[in-house]
Amino acid sequence: MTKEELKTYLVQIFPSNKVDETFDFPLMFVDKSELLSVAQKLKDSPETQFDFLFCQTAVDRIPNLEVVYHLSSINFKHDMVLKVVLEDRETPEVPSVYSFWKAAELYEDEIFDMFGIRFSNHPNLRRIMLGDEWPGFPLRKDYKDDINIVSL
Amino acid sequence: MIGFSDITKWIHDSLSSALSPGWVLASEFVLAGIAVILIVVVLVVVMIYMERKVAGFMQLRLGPHRVGPWGTMQVFADVFKLLLKESFAPNSVDKFLFNLAPILVLAVSFMALAPISWAPGLQLWDMNIGILYITAVSSIGVIGILMAGWSSNNKYSLLGAMRSGAQIVSYELSAGLSIVAVIAMCGSLSVHDIIMSQADGWWIFKGHLPILFAFIVYVIAGTAEVNRAPFDLAEAESELTAGYHTEYSGMQFGMFYLTEYINMVVIAMIGSTVFLGGWMPFHIYGFDAFNGVMDYIPSFVWFFGKIFMIIFFMMWFRWTFPRLRIDQLLKLEWKYLLPLSIVNVVIVAFITVMKWHF
Amino acid sequence: MENNNNIPIDDLTEEFVVNIGPQHPSTHGVLRLQATLDGETIKDLLPVLGYIHRGIEKMTESLGYKQSIYLTSRMDYLSAHINNQACSLAIEKGMQIEVPERAKAIRIIMAELQRLTSHELWWGSCAMDLGAVTPFFLAFRDRERILDIFEGNTGNRLTMNYITPGGVMFDVLPNFASSIKELLVKVKEHLKEYEELITGNVIFQHRLKGVGILPRELAISMGCTGPVARASGISCDVRKYHPYDGYDKLDFKEIVIDGCDSWARYKVRMEEMKQSIHIIEQLIHNIPEGEFRAKVKGVIKLPVGEYYQRVETARGELGVYIVSDGGNKPYRMKFRAASFSNLGALKPITVGAKIGDLMASMATIDLVIPDIDR
Repeated sequence: MTKEELKTYLVQIFPSNKVDETFDFPLMFVDKSELLSVAQKLKDSPETQFDFLFCQTAVDRIPNLEVVYHLSSINFKHDMVLKVVLEDRETPEVPSVYSFWKAAELYEDEIFDMFGIRFSNHPNLRRIMLGDEWPGFPLRKDYKDDINIVSL
Repeated sequence: MIGFSDITKWIHDSLSSALSPGWVLASEFVLAGIAVILIVVVLVVVMIYMERKVAGFMQLRLGPHRVGPWGTMQVFADVFKLLLKESFAPNSVDKFLFNLAPILVLAVSFMALAPISWAPGLQLWDMNIGILYITAVSSIGVIGILMAGWSSNNKYSLLGAMRSGAQIVSYELSAGLSIVAVIAMCGSLSVHDIIMSQADGWWIFKGHLPILFAFIVYVIAGTAEVNRAPFDLAEAESELTAGYHTEYSGMQFGMFYLTEYINMVVIAMIGSTVFLGGWMPFHIYGFDAFNGVMDYIPSFVWFFGKIFMIIFFMMWFRWTFPRLRIDQLLKLEWKYLLPLSIVNVVIVAFITVMKWHF
Repeated sequence: MENNNNIPIDDLTEEFVVNIGPQHPSTHGVLRLQATLDGETIKDLLPVLGYIHRGIEKMTESLGYKQSIYLTSRMDYLSAHINNQACSLAIEKGMQIEVPERAKAIRIIMAELQRLTSHELWWGSCAMDLGAVTPFFLAFRDRERILDIFEGNTGNRLTMNYITPGGVMFDVLPNFASSIKELLVKVKEHLKEYEELITGNVIFQHRLKGVGILPRELAISMGCTGPVARASGISCDVRKYHPYDGYDKLDFKEIVIDGCDSWARYKVRMEEMKQSIHIIEQLIHNIPEGEFRAKVKGVIKLPVGEYYQRVETARGELGVYIVSDGGNKPYRMKFRAASFSNLGALKPITVGAKIGDLMASMATIDLVIPDIDR
């Protein structure tokens, strides 16, 4: 499906979700409570077959945190973006999509490390890049970096 | 022409005229020991230089060429560096075994040199079970390697030592069986007798196919016994960093390094003695004129020529082949080489019993 | 050992945890793998990362777009040109810059040469991981010549920073085409030599065939891309499916082998080298004349929005995800690194195998550690 086709398809199938687009891909916002069911549908539906999670990351849009899932289909070669907006900055938590895409294990480790977003039901959530004792979550916009150890 | 036997006889006579028989024996022991150590050390120096040049040749580089003319002093510089370095023992190693291991492997590899016949009349100890003695003694070396691996208190070392143990114990069998093929045909375990039995042709050129097969098995098993690539699983720098000698430094590491080369010499010497006639020149039965010409080439040239040919083969293997995996290594021995060697020995025994050999 | 409780002997033996890395000859960098061993068999494998984590994504937030491109050279340093290209393409996409044809041709030639160097180095180090040292030196002959071309045309050998938004930094030297033609003749000869020396070697084949089997489904689920995925029968070449810089006008084959094992991964890369040569040969005879760089404003500002650009590096798909708030610095820049996803496949394909197989699998997955950590 092309970008436009996919967009209209998403609007039809998920009428309650907000569908938008980025420069390249159709974009759909999902509530974290229904993330797993939406992911399941997207992955298993024969029209979409989003079996390939090629990029998972987070963006700190103060005050919200966004978890961004870039999905692709190996057969159809179409892509889309899923977004989960988290309003809770203190203890953000999203269900892990590890059960659908195993690649999520490392991606979610990295997001947890950099943004402090916890993933429930993740097989081994750990601070993968930084040490366990590293203070704060560096990729958040409110990260205090007094000695310019990361940013320049 | 003055043979080596004349020199040894002259030394013996002049010592006997000055000393009592007991002292003569004692001083001859010392002299012989020093001579062997000197020869072997010179050989090892030549081999290390050769290894680097061969490696350079294989890898399209020059090899050492800065220190001394054509880089010949490089080896001495390396040895000097190893001597100056601290032999560092980590904190929680078993100090006694850790320090004993390199000495043990080195001593064992020197012991295996005793029955080698270097030239006509130049042999330290012509015992009647010479070959058996060498194969027996050279397998003690694995204890030193296990000792080094265990006492280092390092997981890589332990893995390396276990691999080495499994490997050497396995390959000893087919190396031994391939030597048995020749022993059965010539009917003696004495190194001297084996060499003399090749006066009219070396064993591999006599046209016995089982012997040719035994020689190939021997070279493979011999390479495996000295833990060199493609059988260098005990060190396997890309898997176990350096295997059993990971924790060794300075001259203790140097001893392991030296041992590897001495073991190569020993393997090459047995190989050349048993299959290639030792110091015996290349003779063809019946061609007396040709044989006479060959006799003009000194026997030590023949001997060292053969040794270095086998050593060159081992170096060639090392710099071209990838390493086997541990289960493939053991499979090669237990499923292919050993059964084939046993069959080979049976065939040789049959030939010998029927007196078809010559 | 006393065994009165009907416990199988196997369960009484202790497992053995070995840290492979962070300093280890075959991890080719500072990757640490915590391997739980039962004898020689790997029971569990946990990659521990971060030893070369430089926070490139955080740094880009305080640098401009242009400066960020230079950081990308430091990620997958064996595909520096291609990383620069990815970042430049993403910026061009946002700013709607049209790249001149000449620049496109030069970019593709450089990118394919880069793929060639990367695969040559991989070939050498793969053989070295399996215990053969000589191929490493042989592989460096061509790599050296290609790096000389890079040095002459871009000024650098490893982190080129040559491809920039709008085109390339400088025009190529007058002898660019002729030197590459000369080079390709040599490379083709040497590729044959490689096949003879290593591909046909029995030990080498036994070390790779049937080792590190990565089934198709798992490879998709793990997010594997590049030669690793293509060796599992997944057709995923970005150059084919999302062509950029004029790859769609070129004739080349996507190498897909349905072998799933290390041997298939080896074959895919060997064939890819030939395809890279084929691509360069199509372009080198007629590099279009004209500008080598379009006019780009001094301060780069991307319109508000999200941009994702992917390219095919030597290791797989590199994605550059830019979130722009309209300022002169990226609001968030995420690099989807191929090695990071491919690393995930290492555990499932090595558990149950021997240590030697771990090295073979790791060698054929071809990890670059700075790319994993970023």
